[in-house]
Amino acid sequence: MLFFMLRRLGTMALTMLCLTMVVFFLINLEPNLKKLAISQLDMRSSSEDLEKWLVNNGYRQNFFVRYGQWLGVVPKQPNTDPVTGEPKARFSYCNEPAEPYFGGVLQGDFGCSTKFKTTVANKLFPALGATGILMFWVMVVMVPVSLLIGVLAGMREGTRTDRTLSVASITTTATPEYVSGVIFAVVFASWLGILNGSAATATSQGVNFYNFTLPVMTMAIYGIGYIARMTRASMVEVMTQQYIRTARLKGLAFNAVVIKHALRNALIAPFTVIMLQFPWLLTGVVIVEVMFRYQGFGFTLVEAAGNNDIDLLLGCSLVSVFVVLSTQLISDIGYAYLNPRIRVQ
Amino acid sequence: MQLEFIGPFEIIVGLIIRFWPVWIALAVVMGASYYYKSKLALYGQLYDTGVGIAGVGICLFWLFTAIFASTVSPFDPLKQYFVMKDALPGAIEAETGQAFLFGGDRLARDVFSRMVYGSQIVLVIAPAATVFALMVGTTLGLPAGYYGGKIDTFLSFLANLVLAFPVILLFYLLVTPGIMDTPIPYTMAGVFFLFPIIFFCTLFYTRFRNRPRLLAIQIGITILLGGWIYLGLVFNADPLGIISIRPNELNIFVAVVFASSPGVFRIVRGLVMDIKTRDYVAAAQTRGESPWYIMLWEVLPNARGPLIVDICLRIGYTTILLGTLGYFGLGLAPESPDWGTGIKESSRLLRAYVHPALPPVFALMSFVLGLNLLADALREQSLKD
Repeated sequence: MLFFMLRRLGTMALTMLCLTMVVFFLINLEPNLKKLAISQLDMRSSSEDLEKWLVNNGYRQNFFVRYGQWLGVVPKQPNTDPVTGEPKARFSYCNEPAEPYFGGVLQGDFGCSTKFKTTVANKLFPALGATGILMFWVMVVMVPVSLLIGVLAGMREGTRTDRTLSVASITTTATPEYVSGVIFAVVFASWLGILNGSAATATSQGVNFYNFTLPVMTMAIYGIGYIARMTRASMVEVMTQQYIRTARLKGLAFNAVVIKHALRNALIAPFTVIMLQFPWLLTGVVIVEVMFRYQGFGFTLVEAAGNNDIDLLLGCSLVSVFVVLSTQLISDIGYAYLNPRIRVQ
Repeated sequence: MQLEFIGPFEIIVGLIIRFWPVWIALAVVMGASYYYKSKLALYGQLYDTGVGIAGVGICLFWLFTAIFASTVSPFDPLKQYFVMKDALPGAIEAETGQAFLFGGDRLARDVFSRMVYGSQIVLVIAPAATVFALMVGTTLGLPAGYYGGKIDTFLSFLANLVLAFPVILLFYLLVTPGIMDTPIPYTMAGVFFLFPIIFFCTLFYTRFRNRPRLLAIQIGITILLGGWIYLGLVFNADPLGIISIRPNELNIFVAVVFASSPGVFRIVRGLVMDIKTRDYVAAAQTRGESPWYIMLWEVLPNARGPLIVDICLRIGYTTILLGTLGYFGLGLAPESPDWGTGIKESSRLLRAYVHPALPPVFALMSFVLGLNLLADALREQSLKD
C-alpha cells in the first residue's frame, strides 16, 4: 500500500511538472507576450519599446531558464533599471530582493499578478477560500439529493418511480450550468423576484440565502443527474445479489433490507463518482462564478486568462491540476479502502 | 413608432407553420422507420420504447431544422431591423409583414431565426468533432489495450495528462485569437486529421492484403478522399474549393477534438482489455492473424455497442462544450448565431429582457436531452441482446 501510494504520488508530481510546462509554454507564446507588454505600457508604444520592456523584464530569456525560475530551481536575477543600472523591482507592487535569489513555486512564491497589481498569493488564496464556501454548499445539496434519488430509483427497478426519476436525471445531465443558470435566474430572479440574480454581494456582505441559492442550485443540478444515475445502476446491481434475496426470504421488511443490506454496498461506486466530480465542478465553478459575479477561483481564472496575467494564470492552473489529481488519488485509495474485494498490489 | 403584435396563440400556430418542412421530413422518416422497424436491426428497436422514439424524434427534429434552416427561418440571422430592438415576442416587422416569433434581441435581430441558424453550427461541428475524436481515441486505444505494457503506460499517461486539464482552462489556452498567429492549431490539426487516414488504410490493409487489386482500389480511394479533405481542412488549400474552414472554426474544432479524444481512448482501451480475453480472439491468434487484424476486425466490431452509446453521449457533451466556448466568447465570431453566444449575450441583460435568452437555452437543452435519451434507449437495447 505504501509503495502504491508513493508510486501514485510520483506520477502525480511528474504529471504536474509536464502540465505546468505545457501551460507555461502556451501562456508565453509570442502573441500573448505582446498583449501583456501592450497592456503594461500603452497602446501607442512602438514595437521597439514593447521589445525593450520584454527584454528588461526577463521575458526574453531562454524558455527553460524562465520555467526553472518560476519553479524555483534556477535563481532569479534582480532587474536593473536601464537608465541608472541600479536594481529595481519588476513591478512596484511586488517586493523583490536586489540580489539573485531562488523564488519560485517550490519556495511558495507564486509571483506577481499584473492584472490585480498585487502578489498572486494575495489574490489567489482568498479566491480559493470563497470558492471553497461555494463548493461546500454545492456538496451539501448535491450529494444527499443525488444519493436519495439514485437509491429510490434503483431499489425497485422498472417501476414508475424508477422511470420518472431516471428521465428526470437524464434531463439534468442535459442541462449545463449556463443553461440552468439562465433558466433559474429567469424564474426565481426575474419572474418571482424572490432570489438575487447575482452573488456579487456574497463577497462583500457575506453569504446568505438570497444571494447564494441560485449559484449553488445551478452548480448542483448538473452533478445530481450524473451521480443519481451511477447510484441507481449500482443499487440495481446490488438488489439482484443473492444476499438480498436471502434477507428477503428470512422475512425482513423491504425497507430494512434496503437500509441495512443494500445501501452500504450500493454506495461504494458513487463514492468514486463523487470524487471524480471535482474536475467537473471546476469547470462549473468558472461558469457559475462568471454568471453570478461571485469573486472566487473561477472568476479569477477568467480575469487572468482574459488579461494574460501570466503568473496568476499559472497559479490557477497549478491549483486546478492539483485538485484534479489529488481527487483521483483519493478516489482510488478510498475505493480500495471501502471495497474489501479490491486489494492493491 | 408603435409595433403591432400577434397573440400567444398565433405565435404557437406561426411556429408550427414555420417548421413545415421539418414536420414533413420527420413524418416521412419516422413513419417509414416505424413501418420497417423489424428490418432495421438496432435502429429499428429504438422504436419499441417511448424513450427511444422521443430521443430519435428530438435529434431528427434538430437535424432537419439545420438542413432546412433557410426555409424555416423568416429572417436573416445577422440582419438588424432597427425598430425591432428588444421587441417582445410576436412583434410584427412592418416591411415584410412577418412576425418576430420570439422577439428581437439587443441588436434588433430575429431571435427565432438565430436559433434556427444556430442549429447548423452545432450540428456540423459537434458530430464531426466527435467522429474525429473517435478516430484518434480508437487508433490509440486499440494498441494500448491490446499490447498493454510500455505502450499502454505511455499513452495512458498522455491521456491522463489531457484529462487532468480542466476543460475551461484548456480552452482559454488553446482557443485565443493570438494562437492563430502561431503554427500550433495547424500542427495539431495536421496530426489529428491524419488519424482517420491511417485508421482506414490499416483497416483495409489488414483485411485485404492478400487481394492486391481490391486493396489498391480501397487504399487509393482512402488516400484520395482523405488527402482532399486533409488539404482543405489543414492547409485551406482544397484544389476544388469545396472544403474550406475558417481559421477560428479550425481552432475550435481542434480544441474540441483534443479535449474529447482522451475520453474515447480510455473507453476503447477498457473495452479492448475486456474483449481480448475472449475465445474468438485466442482463435484468431492461433490462426496466426496479425495483431492489427485482430484489433480492427475481431475486437473493434465486438466493442461497437458501448461505443455507439458513447458516441451519442459524446455528441451531446461536445454540444455542451461548444456552448461553453460560445458562452465565454472564445473562438466563435461575436455575431455568430450559435446557441452559446446567444446565451452569453442575453444572460447579461436578463434583468431587462428575458425573451432573447430562452430560445437558445431550450434549443441547446432539448438537443442534448434528445441525444441522452437516444443513448439511454440504445444502451437498454444493447443490454437486451
